[in-house]
Amino acid sequence: MLTTTDVVKDFQGHRALNKVSIRVPKGSIFGLLGPNGAGKTTLIRIINQITAPDTGSVSFDGKPLQRDDIFRIGYLPEERGLYKKMKVGEQALYLARLKGLSNAEAKKRLKYWFDKFEIGSWWNRKVEELSKGMQQKVQFITTVLHEPELLIFDEPFSGFDPINVNLLKNEILELRENRATIIFSTHNMSSVEELCDHICLINNAETLLEGEVSQVRNKFSSDIISIGFEGDPEKIRSGLNKRFEILEIKENGIGKEARIKLPGGATSNELIAELLQHTEIHSYNEVLPSMNDIFIQVVESASGKNTQKS
Amino acid sequence: MSKISLIVQREYLTRVRKKSFIIMSIVGPLLFAALLVLPALLANMEDKEIKQIAVIDESMILTSYNTGKAESTIPETEYLKFITLEDVELESLQENFASTGYYAVLFIPENVITSERALLYSDKQPSLDVSSHISNAMEQQLENMKLVAHDIENLDQILAEVATDIKVSSIKWTRDGEAKKSSTGLVMGIGYVSGLLIYMFIFLYGSMVMRGVIEEKTSRIVEVIVSSVRPFQLMMGKIIGVGLVGLTQFMIWVVFTGVLVVGASTVFGTTLQQQAPMEQVSGNELFSQDKNVQGAVEDFSEGEAFMADIFGAFESVEPGKIIIAFLFFFLFGYMLYSSLFAVVGSAVDNETETQQFMLPITLPLILGIILMANVMQNPDGPLAFWFSIFPLTSPILMMVRMPFEVPLWEILLSGGLLILTILGTVWVAGKIYRTGILMYGKKVNYKELWKWLNYKN
Repeated sequence: MLTTTDVVKDFQGHRALNKVSIRVPKGSIFGLLGPNGAGKTTLIRIINQITAPDTGSVSFDGKPLQRDDIFRIGYLPEERGLYKKMKVGEQALYLARLKGLSNAEAKKRLKYWFDKFEIGSWWNRKVEELSKGMQQKVQFITTVLHEPELLIFDEPFSGFDPINVNLLKNEILELRENRATIIFSTHNMSSVEELCDHICLINNAETLLEGEVSQVRNKFSSDIISIGFEGDPEKIRSGLNKRFEILEIKENGIGKEARIKLPGGATSNELIAELLQHTEIHSYNEVLPSMNDIFIQVVESASGKNTQKS
Repeated sequence: MSKISLIVQREYLTRVRKKSFIIMSIVGPLLFAALLVLPALLANMEDKEIKQIAVIDESMILTSYNTGKAESTIPETEYLKFITLEDVELESLQENFASTGYYAVLFIPENVITSERALLYSDKQPSLDVSSHISNAMEQQLENMKLVAHDIENLDQILAEVATDIKVSSIKWTRDGEAKKSSTGLVMGIGYVSGLLIYMFIFLYGSMVMRGVIEEKTSRIVEVIVSSVRPFQLMMGKIIGVGLVGLTQFMIWVVFTGVLVVGASTVFGTTLQQQAPMEQVSGNELFSQDKNVQGAVEDFSEGEAFMADIFGAFESVEPGKIIIAFLFFFLFGYMLYSSLFAVVGSAVDNETETQQFMLPITLPLILGIILMANVMQNPDGPLAFWFSIFPLTSPILMMVRMPFEVPLWEILLSGGLLILTILGTVWVAGKIYRTGILMYGKKVNYKELWKWLNYKN
């Protein structure tokens, strides 16, 4: 759907993006991750044609990005707001028409969305009379109203209250059902696990990590196995071959769980065979690192490298 | 293009529907009309109050006994009466001045001829009209007395022959040898008013553009908008939209002021005509082209003669040309400055930070206003020429020169330079603007602006 190839953007004195290439598959939810100042917003602005890359290219739907493509993109920036003195309906209509909708079409669609969010009575109220949460709903509507094929949400959950975060998540999933492609940048790693199919991690203007979420997590798998079992934990402690390192054994209301590190070269089957001699196994799971752990690990090791270099 | 027109529409409609716009539309003309009509009305009202002035004349020079009792020789007017008091001490008057009902007490000392001094006592500041009426009358009478003392024969006749009152009527020769009446006063008036209006318009609506940009920045809507339109379109849409608001306001003012003035003069017509002679004096000095104007004043109502004078003179300054030039400099002067105002708005986070960038904008504007007087005095001098060509001051100063027959090539040069400068400033402004509007929380200085200007896209 959208690819960027070796995008470079320099601002006087520092490089905001250094040969960043991403590939956003059609119909996927793409997470753009990275610490503050990594260059996410700059990349998003390039995709929205607010700024242009110094070198490199962006292609949209297989063709180089064109001016008219902005009608097919919906953008909810991190720095977002509305004209405070304008009426809600008028404002939504104005923003929709700037996105190329006709007056009649925009009105029809606004009616649908206002009904859906049950905010029809706000039409003639001024924005400054609305609470922040109410404004967020209006902002969301104006972003999706022209039914864009590509939606870009920059830090969508920052500043949204929990109810609206939930609403937004559901809407994002629904939009994907309707074959829209979604890019969103966020710090909120749990939402990444929940929503994203693909991710790209940017740090210090460079891509550190890119790919499908499941692949990424597998790649960072730390070979830790979680086992649910029945029986005496001591038996495992004393009986298990010393090759396998027991990290911890927990007991709680649900059952007993042991975390065991699989050493290099050992397979799951070997561990299971070993364990079966001492206990009864209920479940066997590979513990995948959370996106949060991966994020911290990757960024820290990258900045470690940087400090060593300098 | 349709995007710009959408933006123009929004900028225009939101402003025109504001209460402040509607209030300004009503209050503005009332103010203008008041400025035109009130002074006449007020002067009229003030005159109606009869002022009695007690005169204590120790010199006895300005007192006559023609009617048997002491009367001051200072001529009375309709509303100014003089009562000569004999055998009254100044001190006793001072003690119970409030109960006497006098407006003032004029004390003429014995040695008035040598000291050339009289005293006017009052419990308030006597008006300038009153004191100048008294001093004029006294001067004239004392001068006469001194002349009489020289014992010249046929003095009255000589004086009558000597009396001169010159009125200079300027007649302009046009190229085709026609002689046209012209009026320096009216010409200066037109130049002054149009220059001042352009100055006002630039300041009022230029800063409105600036506030609009700041509003978009602080409400954080700007990034949403520039994901739909180019920053340049947004800037131009705003400038054009606000410009149209200004033009609308201006038109409303012109029409409304006209209606009010005409209405007021019909309603207060009679009182205004009574008052007219005083105005006519100054009017004659400025506008009379006709030696028989005095006669005309007697024959026609004064108002008609006055209007005829204005129209006669107005034709001489080619109203069509002036109106076109006015609209041109009005709009393009605004364009030039509003793009600069837009830059300032884009560079700051709130209105209090605008100060440091305002100076280079306000300086040439204020220079224009300061130079107006010089240009009017010498509309063809080098100062007038250069500053009416220089684009930052030309919108004001060319309009001041305009009614004085400026050579066409100078107008074209000034207008052409203005347009070129606008293209340049709008280009530069657009580049700084598109970086500035997305920049938050940064202390911006001129060096920073220069950097933004050099950013690629």
